[in-house]
Amino acid sequence: MATWDWQVFCKNTIDGDVVPRCFGSGGDITYLDWMLSAWGWTLSVALLALVVALLVGSLMGILRTTPSRLLVGIGNVWTELFRNIPLLVQIFLWYHVLPALVPPLKGVPSFVLVVLGLGFFTSARIAEQVRAGIESLPRGQRYAGLAMGLTLAQTYRYVLLPRAFRIVIPPLTSESMNIIKNSSVAFAVSIAELTQFAMQAQEETSRGIEIYLAVTGLYFVSAFTINRIAHFIEQRVQVPGMLGGGK
Amino acid sequence: MSLPKFSPAARAVLATVALTALAGVAQADTLKKIKDSGSISLGVRESSGLSYTLGNGKYVGFHTEMAERVIADLQKQLGLAKLEVKYQPVTSQNRIPLVQNGTVDLECGSTTNNATRQKDVSFAMTTYVEEVRIAVKANSGITGIAQLNGKSVATTTGTTSVQTLRKHEKATGVDFKEVFGKDHADSFLLLESGRADAFVMDGSILAANIAKSKAPADFKIVGEVLSVEPIACMLRKDDAAFKKAVDTSIQGMVKSGELAKLYDKWFMQPIPPANAKIGLPLSDATKAAWANPNDRPMEDYAKK
Repeated sequence: MATWDWQVFCKNTIDGDVVPRCFGSGGDITYLDWMLSAWGWTLSVALLALVVALLVGSLMGILRTTPSRLLVGIGNVWTELFRNIPLLVQIFLWYHVLPALVPPLKGVPSFVLVVLGLGFFTSARIAEQVRAGIESLPRGQRYAGLAMGLTLAQTYRYVLLPRAFRIVIPPLTSESMNIIKNSSVAFAVSIAELTQFAMQAQEETSRGIEIYLAVTGLYFVSAFTINRIAHFIEQRVQVPGMLGGGK
Repeated sequence: MSLPKFSPAARAVLATVALTALAGVAQADTLKKIKDSGSISLGVRESSGLSYTLGNGKYVGFHTEMAERVIADLQKQLGLAKLEVKYQPVTSQNRIPLVQNGTVDLECGSTTNNATRQKDVSFAMTTYVEEVRIAVKANSGITGIAQLNGKSVATTTGTTSVQTLRKHEKATGVDFKEVFGKDHADSFLLLESGRADAFVMDGSILAANIAKSKAPADFKIVGEVLSVEPIACMLRKDDAAFKKAVDTSIQGMVKSGELAKLYDKWFMQPIPPANAKIGLPLSDATKAAWANPNDRPMEDYAKK
């Protein structure tokens, strides 16, 4: 029964004929073209959401360790809000519910909404990690920085963050890999990404096994590449005698 | 005992595993299998126009009830005092492997009979002909596919309508933006919330979604029939005796008018769970299929 038909990727999506060289021409596309485009959507959603998540997450994490009760409050509310609602529900809220309440949001493309939704969801998790990283440093470090005449911002910039970020690289790596896998929720808001491709292409070709295997491979390669990049960064920024990146 | 629920993706993977594991055991003599085991496994759908669940393992619908009558005829033919029906919910992803490997003996859901599938399985005689149509908001002014230029058109991932739409776009040069719902409810929400200007799908699914919506009068089904798809019960390939038994039973129901009565019950009368009427009169295409019993694939219909 296990007869493979890898030719399925060379089939034209309009009439199902096998195309020479496996790539469509003149506006026609093959399942291979389609899968690569879907992979592109998956990576675009994931990487842009990762940028949003790292920026917002770091900011919120830092706010939660400042002396200002207002800033700590903002950071805490942000973190708990986005951490306590399931991702799929959040995406749905961004796509269907918020535009009903705020009509201008209707004009925002679903791609932007899903990048923000996924980015903010992950930012809450990153905020928690960054906060934990900063709080794991001895308190004396902060006081020493301030005593030397650095402003609070400078203390963060030159003393606290360089150490804290090195400590939290491993959990940040996990989050970055998660974002690739979580990007499959973009399927729920009509983004033609890999999961969507897999469902549709398997229905059209009845070659579900080949298609799911290929899509699984692409998800693995994507997440694993992130892992290797993070590992490389971890090695490069390693400082002898400090936590993180040790051998 | 409650069975664990799996997502469609997980079911597909499980089906794949089951398929590989059971491939050697599959047998093509279904009648003997039914007689020996005193049970038949009927593939049903959880939410389609022709077969759906009411929860708690109860399955109903036009095709489900028709299958139950087919099974009653099988019981008579085999002379069994008792024939247990095991309802096995299937999805678009796993229905073909489950029929092939013997988990499901007869699948009567909303499976389109097409040439690709005929390589893997057999189909009983066509019992319903689905017409792919366009649903729009009643006040949109859209009356056909030509007016969809520059508009957003929703359809559901994992259906043949996506292909239909793609072919039409190519053939007519009408340029529209496709948006994909992950299921029919999602696609209808895209239309309802204004994210899409039209929803292209099987007529029965459109009619059912409109009937269930908050304001059925706000929507209407318009335009040309985009594609015609014969829907039939699916069974294992190369099992002529079983196919003949099923076909004979279906033909009997057509002749006695029982099938027409069933159609009226499930499409023109209020149906559970909401007691809403689908209100989709018997189409000429379905009438023609009943008048000339056949198991031709969709491709033959397109050529006509």
